[in-house]
Amino acid sequence: MIRKIMEYSSRYFSLILLVVIWQGVCSAGLISPHVLASPFAVVHTAETLVRDGTLPKNLLVSLVRAASGLSLAVIIGVVLALISGLSRMGEEVVDGPMQIFRTLPALALVPLFILWFGIGETPKILLVAFGSAFPIYLNLHKGIRGVDVRLLEMGKTLGLSHSRLVRDIILPSALPDFIVGLRFAVGISWLMLVVAEQVNAESGIGHMMMDAEDFLRTDVILVGLAVYGFLGLMSDQIVRYVERFFLIWSLDRNREIS
Amino acid sequence: MNVMAPAQAFSTKKSAPVVQVCGLSRRYGKGPVILDHLDLEIGAGEFIALLGRSGSGKSTLLRTLAGLDPVTEGTVTRPKEVAVVFQESRLLPWKRVWQNVLLGMGPDAVCEVDAHKVLQEVGLSHRVAAWPLTLSGGEAQRAALARALVRNPSFLMLDEPFAALDALTRIRMQQLVARLWEKHKSAVLLVTHDVDEALMLADRVVVLEAGRIHTDISVPLERPRRHANPVFEDLRRILLSALGVTPE
Repeated sequence: MIRKIMEYSSRYFSLILLVVIWQGVCSAGLISPHVLASPFAVVHTAETLVRDGTLPKNLLVSLVRAASGLSLAVIIGVVLALISGLSRMGEEVVDGPMQIFRTLPALALVPLFILWFGIGETPKILLVAFGSAFPIYLNLHKGIRGVDVRLLEMGKTLGLSHSRLVRDIILPSALPDFIVGLRFAVGISWLMLVVAEQVNAESGIGHMMMDAEDFLRTDVILVGLAVYGFLGLMSDQIVRYVERFFLIWSLDRNREIS
Repeated sequence: MNVMAPAQAFSTKKSAPVVQVCGLSRRYGKGPVILDHLDLEIGAGEFIALLGRSGSGKSTLLRTLAGLDPVTEGTVTRPKEVAVVFQESRLLPWKRVWQNVLLGMGPDAVCEVDAHKVLQEVGLSHRVAAWPLTLSGGEAQRAALARALVRNPSFLMLDEPFAALDALTRIRMQQLVARLWEKHKSAVLLVTHDVDEALMLADRVVVLEAGRIHTDISVPLERPRRHANPVFEDLRRILLSALGVTPE
């Protein structure tokens, strides 16, 4: 028990020490608040931003953008992976271009997207979708192509039709790869969102941070960073839950159930 | 106790064969012949063991009979209701055991009760709702056997189904298969490396060599069989020498 507490506290000890030093340095006036706000000031600013509605409003905008972009990416990625995974013809048509496009750094498309779609919501959502569609496509495609041939043969000896083979064997066996792709996609969607919101936007967490830059408000910038970090953590947690729900059959490997 | 009695062996063959293979040949590309004008008949309810060294064409023959390999030369007649049990259980890990058993069954037959019944028959009633990855090797093979039996096949193919099991589990599984066969009386083709296993279970043992039938003998022994029986010993020696193993 005591050892557990020791282990636990020693893990966080260095982090707490870092924050204490940070606060100490700021309080002693060694670092100007224009360079780095103190932890206390950051917490205070966060509270104010929540109270006056700035943070909730911008957070909602960012969440909607990320969610729409990611949903679009899932739809596009899944449809393309199904086409190229389930038919030879489809693979020849779809896979080649996808392999070429994925080598493009998605962020380099920002200027083009602004030219094409203006500065509204469309380019931001599309940028998120573009970046995060690739991991979904690539992983799902790999999963579909990597299906265990022995299971397919077994299905054929049981007289399963082609559509049953796809539904009962190919798709479930590709699900773990799809979830790996989803995890990457979620990470990438936040990255794309940060850039999209900082280049041109009138709202969103990224815009809030860029706005703060003009007024040397490092406290607001730090709050934005913390929010991004928190969002990344939360979305990863959600994907974990999705994984636990859908892949219960593989996670139970070591647990005896009857 | 029982002398060589061909009459007994023929009695099972009297009825029209369920499986008929005529002049079946197969080669991969320009490579060597895998199956060479092979003829084989399996009677209704007959239990045949297929022995042969690696590369003798056993697997190809079984795959052709299972409908996994095409028939390019010769003819193969087989019943509609066939089932295969492979060396690996090949259960779908994302479906519970009972769902695996009922996989591909028409909607009229599908109910959990059927699965329960057949799983009880193979001694797996305590793992009906388990995930396949939590099963032991023997349990997984029992589930695979249940999946085959629930279809009421008139022809059952077993592709080295016990090869990956430990020795004790293997004996238990052989006893189970013998019991199930006595009850269901479907025609069985058991591909195996194990001469003793073939003699314990089969009515007839066929040895394949270079794509042809090298030896085809009936096993005129009553069940349950004993290794100590002199006829068993004789047959064992004959089969081993057919497989190229001579006593020292």
